[in-house]
Amino acid sequence: MSENGKMVTIYVLGKRHVVPADLTMMKAMEYAGHQFRRGAGCRGGFCGACATVYRKKGSYKLLGALACQKIVEDGMIIAQIPFSPSEKKTYNVSDLKAEANTFLQYYPEIARCLACNTCTKACPQDIMVMDYVQAALRGDVAQAAKLSFDCLSCGLCAMRCPAEIVPYHIGQLARRLESKYIEGPTEHVLKRCAEVEEGKYNAEIAEMMKMDKPTLANKYNTREMRIK
Amino acid sequence: MRPTPADKTFRDRVKELSGENIDLCFQCGACSGGCPMTEEMDYLPSKVIRMAQLGLEDALATKTIWVCTTCFNCEVRCPRGIDIANVMESLRQLVLRKKYDRISLTDLSDEQLRTLPQVAIISSLRKLTA
Amino acid sequence: MKVAYYPGCTLKTTAKEFDLSARAASAALGIDLIEPPRWNCCGTVHALAKDDVMHHLAPLRNLLRVEEMKDQGLVDEKRVVALCAMCYNTLKRSNQAFNTDSDKAGKVKESMNNEAAVYSGGVEVEHLLETLRTHGWDKVSARVNKPLKGLKVAPYYGCLLLRPRGIGVDSADNPKVFEDLLKSLGAEVVDFGYKQKCCGSYHTVYMPEVVADLGNRILTQAQAAGAEMVATACPLCEFNLGDRQAEVLKKYPRFGSIPIVYFTQLMAVAFGLGEEETALGMNKPDPRPLLREKGLI
Repeated sequence: MSENGKMVTIYVLGKRHVVPADLTMMKAMEYAGHQFRRGAGCRGGFCGACATVYRKKGSYKLLGALACQKIVEDGMIIAQIPFSPSEKKTYNVSDLKAEANTFLQYYPEIARCLACNTCTKACPQDIMVMDYVQAALRGDVAQAAKLSFDCLSCGLCAMRCPAEIVPYHIGQLARRLESKYIEGPTEHVLKRCAEVEEGKYNAEIAEMMKMDKPTLANKYNTREMRIK
Repeated sequence: MRPTPADKTFRDRVKELSGENIDLCFQCGACSGGCPMTEEMDYLPSKVIRMAQLGLEDALATKTIWVCTTCFNCEVRCPRGIDIANVMESLRQLVLRKKYDRISLTDLSDEQLRTLPQVAIISSLRKLTA
Repeated sequence: MKVAYYPGCTLKTTAKEFDLSARAASAALGIDLIEPPRWNCCGTVHALAKDDVMHHLAPLRNLLRVEEMKDQGLVDEKRVVALCAMCYNTLKRSNQAFNTDSDKAGKVKESMNNEAAVYSGGVEVEHLLETLRTHGWDKVSARVNKPLKGLKVAPYYGCLLLRPRGIGVDSADNPKVFEDLLKSLGAEVVDFGYKQKCCGSYHTVYMPEVVADLGNRILTQAQAAGAEMVATACPLCEFNLGDRQAEVLKKYPRFGSIPIVYFTQLMAVAFGLGEEETALGMNKPDPRPLLREKGLI
């Protein structure tokens, strides 16, 4: 039961259910008796497994959401998309260049983009999908990577695209190219690795290996936390 | 190739989709004279317009409609003001809209996709795929 | 003068020399070409089918961006300059369709209605050649400090700059804007009969032999008329007439190669700008030997 006892009516795969109003779509579907074997993952809005499409009674609009995040609304007509068919191309990032023609080589269908913005409308993460696909098409890899940062590869954009593009593959390639060729190696990580290889931490580690569990636990709980 | 009353629907579709009044064509051939691609065509542009006028769906089976480059030389030359390139486009659309792709992306090599100018890849996909 | 400038995908990737030289040459004339902060591919070809709405979204979206630029004070007018002839044609035609067909405009607005803004129809689309003509050929000549003396250039218009009627930058039967530009730079203009003949356009992707035939015809005519160089205003024409010369040579072994450049590159040379601005190293075949011979670079 919800806190104030309020219930709403939803339709799952066409069948009517009355569910508590404060549940997420995922919890509401489970409340209604559905068991998730596919289409559920982290339940925390991060993995993109629970891509769901829905309409609301009285509105023609076709909307997309992550079932684990979106709270139910009265009149929702729900269907899940547990898998969005797509082919990720095989490539070795080390052999590629951060330019438009790399995208055209592996995903030439990107040239069919109509700039209709349907992908952006479908995205549950409010990402400017059309903009990042267009950025890739004109070789602005940094922009494509930046705009697609929050992408979970849930597949809702790919299902709706009239040009049959799979935007999340483009975003993924863009981010990989950007981090390798534009950002470059992270200096502080390389520095720390060098320190480790030089043996800077060997003495400390040796000491900790000798500690018993209570001492180790105490050391951990009373450690100095420096948040920059 | 005798036209029948049923063929009129095809003709109306062409006129509707292109917005051109193909009935105005009196077969002067000026369009064919200015067309840069006639050597690759099986029927001259003016002949294809004639087929459309007669409501013959054979126009859809010609190589001509796919070889057209939409250069609008015909539109400029036509003494009756018909945009023949537009009519060619509507004939292509009538075929493409039935899920027909004239070209396939898989025919292009990696090398080609890496070096061709984008305007070429994008325009050929727009013109020749469903 | 700050004016909105739509580069198009190709000018940002395989035709960078057109973009670089155009911005530098225009800046030299006091015309600041400013790209919209956000733009998308225009689609390259105009959607001719009368019932088509979807394919107009891409070009009209770009015009909306230009409107936003004017509202934000980034540019002086609701006007956009295009360089690529195909982009110019597509943007202009979609704009025209939107402004003359209220039914279509209504449908376009409906499909954009839950986005932040909707296009009003008020942007003017022009090609850089028109911008220069309005600016004044005398002003262009005044900026020339290295006249292209002795350089015999044939202007190649191609198709989409002049056709269909009502869209062209000049008369489809007897254009002169490109010739006027070249004259203002001090070049010797070579007129030839095939300056408006199609280069083969998108057939370069799947039928390069056909493009080779057309290229051969166009360029041998230009050479027969006395041209040493051909100037163009479209990256597809530049590719078909330039890069594809390798294909022409395969079919016609007696073909004599001839350099192809963008008109903005000639402007940059005539204005005495540097190597980065003229960007002549990116053209195929290389135009630099001829220009060095003429003492222009």
